[in-house]
Amino acid sequence: MSAILPLRLQGVSFAAGGRMIIPPLDLTLEAGASTIILGANGAGKSVLMRLMHGLLAPSTGRVVWSTDGPRRRQAMVFQRPVMLRRSALANVVYALDAAGVPVGQQARLAREALQEVGLSHVAGRAARVLSGGEQQRLALARAWALHPEVLFLDEPTANLDPGATREIEAIIKAFDVAGTKIVMSTHNLGQARRLGDEVIFLHQGRVAERAPIDRFFPQPASPEAAAFVKGELPWD
Amino acid sequence: MLEAILGGLRLVATLDLRLWEIVGLSLAVSLSAVVFATLLGLPLGAAIAVGRFPGRQAVIVVLNALMGLPPVVVGLFVYLLLSRAGPLGELGLLFTPPAMVIAQTILIVPIIAALARQAVEDAWREYEEQLRSLGVDGLRGALTVLWDIRFSLLTAVLAGLGRASAEVGAVMIVGGNIDGVTRVMTTTIALETSKGDLPLALGLGIVLIAIVLALNAGAHLAKEAAQRRHG
Amino acid sequence: MGLAAAALVGFITVASTTSTEQSGLFRHLLPAFEKKAGIQVRVVALGTGQALDMGRRGDADVVFVHAKALEEKFVAEGYGVKRFEVMYNDFVLVGPKSDPAKVGGSKDIVAALQKIQSAKATFASRGDKSGTHFAELQLWKMAGIDIDKAKGPWYRDTGSGMGPTLNTAAGMNAYALADRGTWLSFKNRGELVISVEGDQRLFNQYGVILVNPSKHPHVKKDMGRAFIDWIVSPDGQAAIATYKIGGEQLFFPNASR
Repeated sequence: MSAILPLRLQGVSFAAGGRMIIPPLDLTLEAGASTIILGANGAGKSVLMRLMHGLLAPSTGRVVWSTDGPRRRQAMVFQRPVMLRRSALANVVYALDAAGVPVGQQARLAREALQEVGLSHVAGRAARVLSGGEQQRLALARAWALHPEVLFLDEPTANLDPGATREIEAIIKAFDVAGTKIVMSTHNLGQARRLGDEVIFLHQGRVAERAPIDRFFPQPASPEAAAFVKGELPWD
Repeated sequence: MLEAILGGLRLVATLDLRLWEIVGLSLAVSLSAVVFATLLGLPLGAAIAVGRFPGRQAVIVVLNALMGLPPVVVGLFVYLLLSRAGPLGELGLLFTPPAMVIAQTILIVPIIAALARQAVEDAWREYEEQLRSLGVDGLRGALTVLWDIRFSLLTAVLAGLGRASAEVGAVMIVGGNIDGVTRVMTTTIALETSKGDLPLALGLGIVLIAIVLALNAGAHLAKEAAQRRHG
Repeated sequence: MGLAAAALVGFITVASTTSTEQSGLFRHLLPAFEKKAGIQVRVVALGTGQALDMGRRGDADVVFVHAKALEEKFVAEGYGVKRFEVMYNDFVLVGPKSDPAKVGGSKDIVAALQKIQSAKATFASRGDKSGTHFAELQLWKMAGIDIDKAKGPWYRDTGSGMGPTLNTAAGMNAYALADRGTWLSFKNRGELVISVEGDQRLFNQYGVILVNPSKHPHVKKDMGRAFIDWIVSPDGQAAIATYKIGGEQLFFPNASR
């Protein structure tokens, strides 16, 4: 199976409701580095991620993966986890089934995924009665089971308390170590520093700056990014 | 009026086998119609909710409007289909309970489909991104959502049941209100009213309402219990 | 549903009138036939006009109605095989106890209708192509009244069956023409009583006809014939005569032999 990365966005733009949200841009994502997407609210982070993942179709341009791999080679975790009204285990099994994994292997792979994120003890519990942090971990388990090459995360810890946030970050790190490329948007600068290798800073839909993490922090090169970093909440 | 009600209940309480046959037939006809209408209406509503095709808005408007189909018109339509002089006359279904089930099914499919469409569309907004991210789309996505919201769909099904058990126009025309064969609660009430036996008609009316109320209460309790289990 | 005497071999559909059904005659009459012949009789009760239409469409095997002219036309047009006379009952004119048109106690229906029309007393008509409706229209003609021209707000065309028409008449204290059978079993009389009865012209003849199998091959002609044969036979005729409400006989068998 050949890799689906690098991902190339060629002349990709997105307009909706008469507004140009992302003017045409060119962007390449390579394997390896964890990419953090930063930007103010409304800068277009969510839209950009969805364009990359294929949930939105670009108004112009093309989103090109290196091989036309089946969709399961990527996964996405959203800010609010969406679970089916079934058990935690059944939710993971559902994702495996949708990806075409043979029925005989589904339960085993699902249990392994739950174990990886530390949710084995709630495998049989209804997913929707789990806490926010547990549901987000379940979302990650669901993604883990698919062994994706790319994992998109759209502000995954924005709604969680610090304890749950730390648990999620640990799992994301585990993905990274296992070889999955991380593409994550966040407001949390500390989190960006902890998990990222490079930063893409979006300002009004444009890539204002792209730099390795150690060059971006403590002082970004572009004025927009500098203003942003200064205005953000203190590091935690 | 109170005397009429009490008189009616007394009559009903002393009534014989015939009343329970009528009640049994009413339930058999309406529940069968609800089952068929659910099997047809839920996927139909879900497909319209999730699908994107030209004329979709028009289809939704028409579907909603069909909720108000007059029962007597549906009855007439089915009668003309099943009459010996009509296209399906060979089947010999006119004036039998199956004809009544057919008419009531046609009557309530739009109700169940329209309400399901609304519920699925609302839920789809919540589920769409995640499901599409998993590669689930189209029919499979619609069915997944349908199953996931199955307890709220109960309301749509109960609405259909209510309509079916309450109507008299369709079953009267296609059933013929034949004593012992196609006489149901609503047609009996109509008959007794036209014979001037108002206390009996009122008593039967109360029995009918009580039964529908019991069915609704049962469904509600089932829904509550299930929601507590599944969240 | 009938006791299991003769094994059930099938059923026939009989199109009849609401007045016959509502009088309770069928519930009394049919079990005897079903027991003897093992044939279930399913009665669909509509108005005479609709019952004959059902026969024309082939949705019934037998029609059993009370409008001689219409029945003869039905046979002449080839929809029915042969008309047999079965029984008669009579119509009565019912009206409010207060009797605004002053027709109470009379035996002359024609004079009574003339008085009702000139007094413009409220009159409830069935208006539904039924045998009773046709009888009523004949009587207005006999009274020399062109009812289409003469009708005004006093003449209420309810377009419904005998029971609902009587409900309406009771509700508005109106006169109405009713068959005795429905009247006797009608429970919601309000202020209504019988105003006129006994006139020869109120005589109401019933006929039974097999729907023509040449027009509609699926008609159950053997079972239909069995029913007709029975109802004009001494057994059937006796069963009709024994039907009583409150001790009063409703229908008078008069099949010719």
